[in-house]
Amino acid sequence: MPSADAYDPKSVAGKTVEPSERAQVLVIGAGRAGLTAALAAAQSGLSAVVVDENPVSYATMGEDVPLHYGQGMSAASRNGNAAMEAFVASEPLIEQAFESGVDLRLRTACWGLYSPGPGAAWLPGTVAGLTDGERSWLIGAEHVIVAAGRRDIGLAFPGWDKPGVMGATAARMLAARYGALEPRRVVLLGTTAEALEAALAIQAAGGEVVAVVEQATAPVGPADLVAAVVEGGAELLLGHVVREVLGASVEAALVSAVDVDGRAVGEERRIPCDGVVLGVGAVPVIDLLDALGCATAFQPERGGYAPVVGPDQRTSIRNVFAVGDCAGIWAAKSRDLAVADAEARRAVAAILGDRGGAGVEAAPHAVIPEAPAYDIEAYRLGWVRASVVEARGEPPVCQCEDVTARELVEVRPPRYLGWTQERRNDRSLRALLGEGLPHPDQVKRLTRAGMGPCQGRRCREQVACLLALQSGERLANVPLASHRAPVRPIPLASAGQLPEAPAQAEHWDSWFGMHAQWTPFWETPARYTVATGRGSGPVASE
Amino acid sequence: MEEARGAAVVIVGGGVTGLSAGWHLAQEGVDVLVIEKGMVGWEASGRNGGGCSHHHSPLFLEEQRLWPMMDELLGYPTEFQPKRIRLAFSDAQMTLYARAMRNAERQGFRTDVLDRDDICELVPLAGDNAVGGYFYHFGGHANPHRTLQGYAWAIEDHGGRIWQRCAVQGFETSGGRVTGVRTDRGIVGCDHVVIAAGPATGALSAMLGQEVPMAAARAEMIVTEPLPLMPYGGVDGNGLYGRQTLRGNLAYGGGPHEWLQAEGEAAPPKPSTPLMGAIGRRVAELFPKAAHARIIRSWAGVIENTPDGRPVIDRLATVENATVATLSSVGFGLSPASGRAIRDLVVDGACGFADISSFRLERFADLEPNWRDLQGWKARAAEEMEAA
Repeated sequence: MPSADAYDPKSVAGKTVEPSERAQVLVIGAGRAGLTAALAAAQSGLSAVVVDENPVSYATMGEDVPLHYGQGMSAASRNGNAAMEAFVASEPLIEQAFESGVDLRLRTACWGLYSPGPGAAWLPGTVAGLTDGERSWLIGAEHVIVAAGRRDIGLAFPGWDKPGVMGATAARMLAARYGALEPRRVVLLGTTAEALEAALAIQAAGGEVVAVVEQATAPVGPADLVAAVVEGGAELLLGHVVREVLGASVEAALVSAVDVDGRAVGEERRIPCDGVVLGVGAVPVIDLLDALGCATAFQPERGGYAPVVGPDQRTSIRNVFAVGDCAGIWAAKSRDLAVADAEARRAVAAILGDRGGAGVEAAPHAVIPEAPAYDIEAYRLGWVRASVVEARGEPPVCQCEDVTARELVEVRPPRYLGWTQERRNDRSLRALLGEGLPHPDQVKRLTRAGMGPCQGRRCREQVACLLALQSGERLANVPLASHRAPVRPIPLASAGQLPEAPAQAEHWDSWFGMHAQWTPFWETPARYTVATGRGSGPVASE
Repeated sequence: MEEARGAAVVIVGGGVTGLSAGWHLAQEGVDVLVIEKGMVGWEASGRNGGGCSHHHSPLFLEEQRLWPMMDELLGYPTEFQPKRIRLAFSDAQMTLYARAMRNAERQGFRTDVLDRDDICELVPLAGDNAVGGYFYHFGGHANPHRTLQGYAWAIEDHGGRIWQRCAVQGFETSGGRVTGVRTDRGIVGCDHVVIAAGPATGALSAMLGQEVPMAAARAEMIVTEPLPLMPYGGVDGNGLYGRQTLRGNLAYGGGPHEWLQAEGEAAPPKPSTPLMGAIGRRVAELFPKAAHARIIRSWAGVIENTPDGRPVIDRLATVENATVATLSSVGFGLSPASGRAIRDLVVDGACGFADISSFRLERFADLEPNWRDLQGWKARAAEEMEAA
């Protein structure tokens, strides 16, 4: 007889997730904010584990992980030991963290964050998935501070998939931290504070910024930074876009003036260069936070989609905090490291408070973003309209899956299905979405844009802009394309190393493992009760 | 905004079952309105393995008949690929997987038993670790996202309507009939209502006096980066379901599900968990030559099951003009046939092409009231969390 106390053995009941190690505080990201947080935690007597995937290998850089390196790294970064030395030497807090007893693990990536909650109640607590490239394992954490940094918005134009076209953050990282920026003469797109800071870093490393190309009619970043970059030899081309990049790898950029609608006007000009740096927007890296289920919102003052954080940097998940660029990017913060430091110390003070308050240091004031100096929605839409929509030819917006802007807005099935000439399949976003707002996930599923191994890092903001332009909606109203674990691709064999409860292996089935579900219809009894119909013994779902 | 007037048939739920029913009705010229609280195919219908091989079902023959024609019938690509291979990694699996062969043979379909040499030839990503396998000369797989959108567009092509982001709150009844569906956008009059609302079907049918017993659970899948296409993408087994997509990705699921507490108004959350690792290991066992392939996404879906896991496709006894349908967690592959069965119930009052008496609600007449507890379908961890 069935007992009301029994639990479905095929369900998660009785299965456990056992992390192979535990930390009081797990910090994800060993940049300035993450290290400041880890040091503050260690000084307060908390055990802190810090992980950072950097310095990633040359091969990983070649896959544009975690930044859009665009093959712009020099041979110097092939040497793993040298890259590690350069990386450590370029951030004094790393040495300090090691000396302070922080458990700092470089070349260790966090690919997933999980917390118990509705729908995932079986998890034992907050756990993070880590990998060092060979092994994957889980670490349990009482508190998590995410300091995952920033990345750059991609921007399509003919040739943007060629070696030498790279993000501003990647260029700055290569120039300032690895001494391994291959291009020596670059054209910079965009005048954001973050783009200009990258330009200054390139100039400081001995590179030349030959031109700063800006589709808007005035720079959007701080005037003193613009002046400094121009002082360093850059020509400022306002109201311009890059029409095409020439060469097998970058040899020259063709630039042209644009009118108010973003259409190219006048003659094109050829600017010899060996690199093109995309600086039209830096965005918080929120992949782990979003996949975890933290609330996010489009916050122009924080650079776009960012986690919703309270005054102590707490996310909507109580033991998870966001500090540094991943919590929001604005010009004053990009220029003054003290802002991120304050965020980090606020988060640690909040954790100490959560743990009972003993030894709480005086926390700095809450960090509040400044009002944006420009309309980032209009600015990003302006770039996508002028560069992508008005592009000559049809450059891929999604490089992984080779999807063009037209295929995106027409919601075309991927070319490999061979339906390109099928006129019945003429559809548009309007037909797809009816009266509602466009959802990037729907477009992603149908066109495959954003479904490749880079998981949309280079195309998701462009896709959102295209949907906004096409629908006439505000960019802020376009939902965030969902992030999913693993946020870094993990080999099957490596993921398979995660431990598994014996009860899980014993009861494993492809589906619910119910006898009655798969009884062929000609053997099905007229009535079903649990007592008579449930069945027992071995079963495999079909 | 569209004005809420009415439709001959209002279908509550824009999942695969409701959309297929809508398409079968619309292509006959029936005035159909599908009302979906979110987006079409957004829930479990668009998140499954894409298998089309349900040899245990009375709808099997129709499923097999329709799938090869679906691209043409809908006018949109479904990525349907025929046939299925199932590999076994233990004698126990080999024995259990033989049931499909017996079931299909009885209905006129052939199955080949595979040895290791056959497997090497048919499944380039396989290793020498399988004890055997089956080549089913039936079934197949399709792309759920694409198929769901194809149904929705085909409904519109035939003059049917779809309202997305519109929640159904209840029903207007008069004289033993449903006269209207109460929605966010007002009351929509109807001659017939079809409730095919996934996990919400139970609560909605209860409003009409006859509850379809069901419980909802969360289950997970993973997908890898693309690999070279195998001659047959429909390869599974080893406790997994799934396929190689036409793009080359390996998309597989399996393992423990998590029963959810009774849902409220909002869509239940669908987090994925580290179960990804256990699924990944089994995929690597299934395809040793793909062990290096990287997982690029994991996700979860929420699906409903009836107490015996079998579908309900039936007219409610409490009102004259309401049809309920849940495919009980196995709906995608059967959808071409289930939609036709629903069409038959709505228009003709009975299914004309298959004996679907085993889908009747009447079978639960003697069901224990505490069936969910008796079957252990309990959200155990959630209860413990609340107690803590």
